[in-house]
Amino acid sequence: MTGFWATVSALVWKDIRAELRTKDVVISVLTFALLSLVIFNFALRPSPQVIPIVAPGVLWVAFTFAGVLGLTRTFVLEKDRGNLEGLLLTPTSREAIYVGKMLGSLVFMLVAEVVVLPLFAVLFNLSPFRPGLLLVMLLTTIGFTAVGTLFSAIAINTRSREIMLPMLLLPLVVPVIIAAVVASGTALEGGSWSEMAKWLQLIAVFDVLALVFSAFAFEQVLQE
Amino acid sequence: MVEADGNASLAIAVRGLTKTYGAQVILRDLDLRVAWGDFLTVFGPNGAGKTTLMKVLATLSRPTKGEVRVAGFDLSKNPAAIRRNIGVVTHQPLLYGDLTAFENLSFQGRMFGLEQLEERIERTAGLMGIGRYLGHKVDTLSHGMQKRVSLARAILHDPPVLLLDEPETGLDQEALSMLAEVVVSGERGRRTVLMVTHSLERGLALSNRVAILTGGKIAYQEERALVDEAGFKVAYSRFTGVTL
Repeated sequence: MTGFWATVSALVWKDIRAELRTKDVVISVLTFALLSLVIFNFALRPSPQVIPIVAPGVLWVAFTFAGVLGLTRTFVLEKDRGNLEGLLLTPTSREAIYVGKMLGSLVFMLVAEVVVLPLFAVLFNLSPFRPGLLLVMLLTTIGFTAVGTLFSAIAINTRSREIMLPMLLLPLVVPVIIAAVVASGTALEGGSWSEMAKWLQLIAVFDVLALVFSAFAFEQVLQE
Repeated sequence: MVEADGNASLAIAVRGLTKTYGAQVILRDLDLRVAWGDFLTVFGPNGAGKTTLMKVLATLSRPTKGEVRVAGFDLSKNPAAIRRNIGVVTHQPLLYGDLTAFENLSFQGRMFGLEQLEERIERTAGLMGIGRYLGHKVDTLSHGMQKRVSLARAILHDPPVLLLDEPETGLDQEALSMLAEVVVSGERGRRTVLMVTHSLERGLALSNRVAILTGGKIAYQEERALVDEAGFKVAYSRFTGVTL
């Protein structure tokens, strides 16, 4: 394994190992997502005709706000004990630190999303384990965590970091979340790949731009 | 490990260093030269700029103006090489509390790309007297033991230059002796150390050079052998207006 990927894997494993002991991120993300689904389900009481219309939106509201919660925790754990400084004192590239932290967040979010899906299926009487929906979830979560990791690093140095992250992140990810809602709806209704193609392309382009820009901007964000 | 990209006759060479935060000037046209193998202790009152100086030397903060070379490398051109050649100890342990001491050291070693990592960890842990605690979660260790792990973390990659920001905080007498002997003696000879501290006794005992930083400048620098404790207190009072 090359230096870059060895560093990335060390960072991801460190985060996973710490998370397995504390379960801070996954539990908070899961709890929030599950509660959102339950509350929406009871509040909307959707009829079978309405379910395909509202369910994708409900799912992505739950994923988005739970994801913000998880991303806030990502850097709090590094910052509060001075560990971010410790990371910056190593000779590893800032891009590797960014990719490592981003992949860690991606794993936690995907785990939470996959755990949430069965409850979503029960509450909304849908079959969500469709390749189309899973691909939308994967691509959207990549873009979300790509931008979210950068903004989490920015927000961590501000006084009101819990408020700052959603304020910075949500306006930027709204287009990709809208694309995800539409594509998810198509997938849940059993639509074809060609019907989803333009939304998947939009999300994929967002992912590439988010990853490239965030990786370059990360060093500037961390430098005092 | 030191692959200098220029003049490496000095371990630390700082010329005209200025660091500002907005309108506030923290370091003001500061000059500092530390020879290889020297142990320089920098004293100074609160707000003198000691921690800012350490952050700049450790590549954590960019200079507003001036030239900085550490271990022969130019800070503006090759900060990663500087990081490879320095070990840093701060007031904070820089450890992950949910991981064991071994996992913390292993993570540090992987971030430095160290080979034969397990052997290196065992050896460093033995030197620091933390071998029995390697399997313990850091959060369950005493403050003093965490500090030892933190020192082990700083010297794991055998850096020729050490930057110590009040390292004595939380250390017991035995650990302080280790700081003087084990930490300062590297595998490839004596390390160069720059330490900032408020402990006059500890600073004078460990160092072969002493300096006073006040108002963002090095106001006084002397060979330790040429100044006794009383004389240093007089100098400190004269330059800082503070009586020790």
